[in-house]
Amino acid sequence: MVELVVFVLMGGGALAGGVTVIKARNPVYSAMGLLGTLFAIAVLYVMQLAHFVAAVQVIVYAGAVLTLFLFVIMMVGVDKEEDVRETIPHQRRLALALGLIAIGIVVSLVARGRFAWVPVASAAADPQATNGTVQALAEPMFTDWVLAFEATALLLTIAAAGTIALASFRRPVADTAAERTGV
Amino acid sequence: MSLVVTSGWYMTLAAVLFALGALGILIRRNALVMFMCIELMLNAVNLTFVAAGRALGNLDGQLAVFFVLVVAAAEVVVGLAIIVAIFRRRQSASVDELSELAG
Repeated sequence: MVELVVFVLMGGGALAGGVTVIKARNPVYSAMGLLGTLFAIAVLYVMQLAHFVAAVQVIVYAGAVLTLFLFVIMMVGVDKEEDVRETIPHQRRLALALGLIAIGIVVSLVARGRFAWVPVASAAADPQATNGTVQALAEPMFTDWVLAFEATALLLTIAAAGTIALASFRRPVADTAAERTGV
Repeated sequence: MSLVVTSGWYMTLAAVLFALGALGILIRRNALVMFMCIELMLNAVNLTFVAAGRALGNLDGQLAVFFVLVVAAAEVVVGLAIIVAIFRRRQSASVDELSELAG
């Protein structure tokens, strides 16, 4: 019963946040909507005993990624109106129809199948088997998944190096000045 | 009558969130907002992973989330660096202006 109440509240929060992300005119509001969704999903992780995942979600997503987003929004400028001219005819209406159809398919699947496509093992299985404590996650992480873990380290190093290269790369001054005047 | 919240509920919520993110990608022009929609979709996938791991009774779903998380973080860092670099040249974050890249 508790799980149902939390699911409805947090699920509603996550959906409201998602709608805010795509509807808000101001990118800062979009970022705030995303923040709400991230926190709601973190609570849903806790409900599924994924404790460490929830903690990492709050620290990495809400802490680091969203801060980076807000930083760039402030840098790029929030006062600019979004260009609403349509380069592809009827693009917005078609996109809206497509998106609503996709959501409608999900809803109709649920209404007819009543979640039947998912095995009901969760009720029978031992809940302690999926209790995501740090210790429980670390053991497979550094045995079965160690290759993926190393690949991840390589990816992060490459991303960091690439970002530094992107940030420090400058063209000669005369060149950029000519481009700004439209030549 | 007892309503038990099964993994299917979480997966349904994740599917709707994913559809919302895809819808945002289609209708928005601001590169930053499009990036946020990508984050939304990645989060929906993470929620599906956790729910699937719970339904199957093992921890692999939760481990997969970490790798998705790392890829998302790397993608945001590089993507935002590109947006800032473009903004420095063009003073705009609208993806329509980038069609000039096509040559």
